[in-house]
Amino acid sequence: MIARLQKAVIRDGPFTLKFSVDNHRFFNLLSGGDTVEATKATPVKYDMDVVRWFTIAAVIYAVVGTLIGVYVASELAWPFLNFDIPEITFGRLRPLHTNAVIFAFGGCVLMATGYYIVQRTGQTKLWSNKLAWFNFWGWNLIIVLAVITLPMGLSEGKEYAELPWWVDIMIAVVWLSFGLNHIMTTAIRKTSHIYVSNWFTMGMIVMITYLHVVNSLAIPVDMATSYSIYSGVQDAMIQWWWGHNAVGFYLTGGFLGIMYYFIPKQSGRPVFSYRLSVLHFWTLTFGYVWLGAHHLQYTALPDWTGSLGAAVSLAMIIPSWGGAMNGMMTLSGAWDKLRTDYILRFLVTAMAFYAMSTFDGPVMAIKTVNALSHYTDWTVGHVHAGALGWMSMISFGAIYHMVKKLWNTEMYSEKLVNVHFWIALVGAVTYIVAMWVSGIMQGLMWRDYDEFGTLTYTFVESVSAMHPYYVMRAVGGAIFNLGTWIMLYNVVMTVRQASAVRGVNAVPAKA
Amino acid sequence: MSDHDHIYSTKLQDKIERNTLLMFVFTAVAVAVGGIVEIVPLFYLPNTGMNGGDGTYNNTQHKDLQGKVIPMDKIIWNPTTSEHKTLADWQPGDGVRPYTALETAGRQVYIREGCFLCHSQMIRPFRDEKDRYGHYSIAEESMYDHTYQWGSKRTGPDIARVGGKYSDEWHRKHLKYPRDVVPESVMPNFFFLEKNPVDTVKTVKTLEVMTKMPFNPVPTTIYTPAYLAGAAAELEGKTEMDAVIAYLQSLGNHVKFEKGVNYRD
Repeated sequence: MIARLQKAVIRDGPFTLKFSVDNHRFFNLLSGGDTVEATKATPVKYDMDVVRWFTIAAVIYAVVGTLIGVYVASELAWPFLNFDIPEITFGRLRPLHTNAVIFAFGGCVLMATGYYIVQRTGQTKLWSNKLAWFNFWGWNLIIVLAVITLPMGLSEGKEYAELPWWVDIMIAVVWLSFGLNHIMTTAIRKTSHIYVSNWFTMGMIVMITYLHVVNSLAIPVDMATSYSIYSGVQDAMIQWWWGHNAVGFYLTGGFLGIMYYFIPKQSGRPVFSYRLSVLHFWTLTFGYVWLGAHHLQYTALPDWTGSLGAAVSLAMIIPSWGGAMNGMMTLSGAWDKLRTDYILRFLVTAMAFYAMSTFDGPVMAIKTVNALSHYTDWTVGHVHAGALGWMSMISFGAIYHMVKKLWNTEMYSEKLVNVHFWIALVGAVTYIVAMWVSGIMQGLMWRDYDEFGTLTYTFVESVSAMHPYYVMRAVGGAIFNLGTWIMLYNVVMTVRQASAVRGVNAVPAKA
Repeated sequence: MSDHDHIYSTKLQDKIERNTLLMFVFTAVAVAVGGIVEIVPLFYLPNTGMNGGDGTYNNTQHKDLQGKVIPMDKIIWNPTTSEHKTLADWQPGDGVRPYTALETAGRQVYIREGCFLCHSQMIRPFRDEKDRYGHYSIAEESMYDHTYQWGSKRTGPDIARVGGKYSDEWHRKHLKYPRDVVPESVMPNFFFLEKNPVDTVKTVKTLEVMTKMPFNPVPTTIYTPAYLAGAAAELEGKTEMDAVIAYLQSLGNHVKFEKGVNYRD
């Protein structure tokens, strides 16, 4: 059975990934028939052109998004870098950084992998290739508009939802075009079951639609400015319901879909436990929504709301670690592959960071810890443990895997993949450590009293104490950014090499 | 029996997994619950700064040590009951009021420049925050803040109660070139605000928009037609720098906090 499975995976035949159930039987969730039938099935011609474009765009945005990040980090270390140019001051560039990494890089990765996975696991073309192209150009137009409007100072004043109201409307339309296309492709699949990756993507599509629409409701004053229809307590709660679930469903749920497809594919092993993935999906889907309130503990938000958010946050360790385990243990029996398979290194390291940041998060949600960590760099460190360690690593792994399949070739340089891996790891760890130390230090300095019962430190003393850590953070970010340049070079050379052999569109990933 | 007929989880899960519509419906319901439970009550429970429409703020009752309820008129300025009847007459301590035209213009610049990314406006009920910033923030204080500005990060200090702490001249120097005043600061120089005149049309429109908000609109007894008509004149000749300073000076001195009163429930 295992031999047959591995053969099928190596051949990359019609989707033959399986779940192992309690370690003794395989559950053929994906192929709609058993392995033998599946390998005999007629090859399907997939719509992979749009996936190729999304993939290339993702690689470019990884470079751009982290580069802007390095710049804003440097502005905090060396304020002269604001250069007295309003368009590049920290306050205007920081939203551009977050939007570029979340929506440009993250969005293109999610759409590339979403369309890739839903076709392959359903053994069908896209429901509408035209709509997918509308999705591609629409999304990129939004990114261009973000690059123009954010430095101009067009901001709605909500974190990760700064874009002006008319761009919000465009986001809703383009996002729904992605959602509709993805869900309809799931609906016309040739297989009996919906693969677990597509559950997570569906959860993301629905939740992000809710969040974006409800949080963006505003009354426009003119093209540049609009004000939220909510105020104070209600607006704060809705903003962090959005903010935390953009993390929970977009940066976590969507990327878990990637994990559930690419780790088994790359390792040639079935997902460790099907039942665990069922548990992982439903608990995460139901539970994550409650967490936003932990961002507002001890504020003017009523205590019950923050406490409820904290309690559910703690409970979320269970599904998160269950999921991390599920991804990690998929390698059981194949750990030796980590020595030779650099792509797998990215994917597995991502799971380690996922486990680490889903522990860090609930700890920070505990009220006594939050009293210290809130408003400090610890939060920034936590976010980047997720963004650099988990989300980017899993994306890089998936991108390398897809590039090889999409252009039906080997990487231009496997060695550079390994170099990228180590650079990304060193950069991420440097960044995270800097922010953890500075965050905890800030928190402790702010609350410190001397023997006379007065505050030991003025605020500005805590600012100047942060300087070395802000430098270290900028260096860590720069290292990480260097890795993305290497990926860009490697991917471009791979595509060129593949095109030289047979033209880009000749072989759309063997069915 | 072929593999895919076998049920490996539960009958319900198996059914959901085979049916796109079922999967969609179950997911759409599952993700909605948490948000509904945590958000909807904030619109009708007390202590959320929500003007329920009947003047009781959803029965909010802040009590002192003797159990005496502080009238909401003492916390939220009501021109009908207050001895100060107009925005121009309002005095610190009269209660929470909406922003004047100039402050509104300043607040728009504050949001435009992303100040909220480094400065919070939400003091927590801790000893050190009381010593450093002042009385903890209460829900009513941000009830007119459409697009709340609590922030999430203190790269710079909290400014919920910065109003009146420094002179206008200090703010002007500090905003222009922060390191001239505070050498360790990492804040960008905002000298250019002094060159930009206030956007009068935008500001007057904003005041009108604030009276039309579905939740916590500014009462037309405060933004009266007469006030709106005179707003443009108030902004005459003002720069964005003047506006931001006016906004900062208005923060945090609205409510006269009394000792021993629990303003959190």
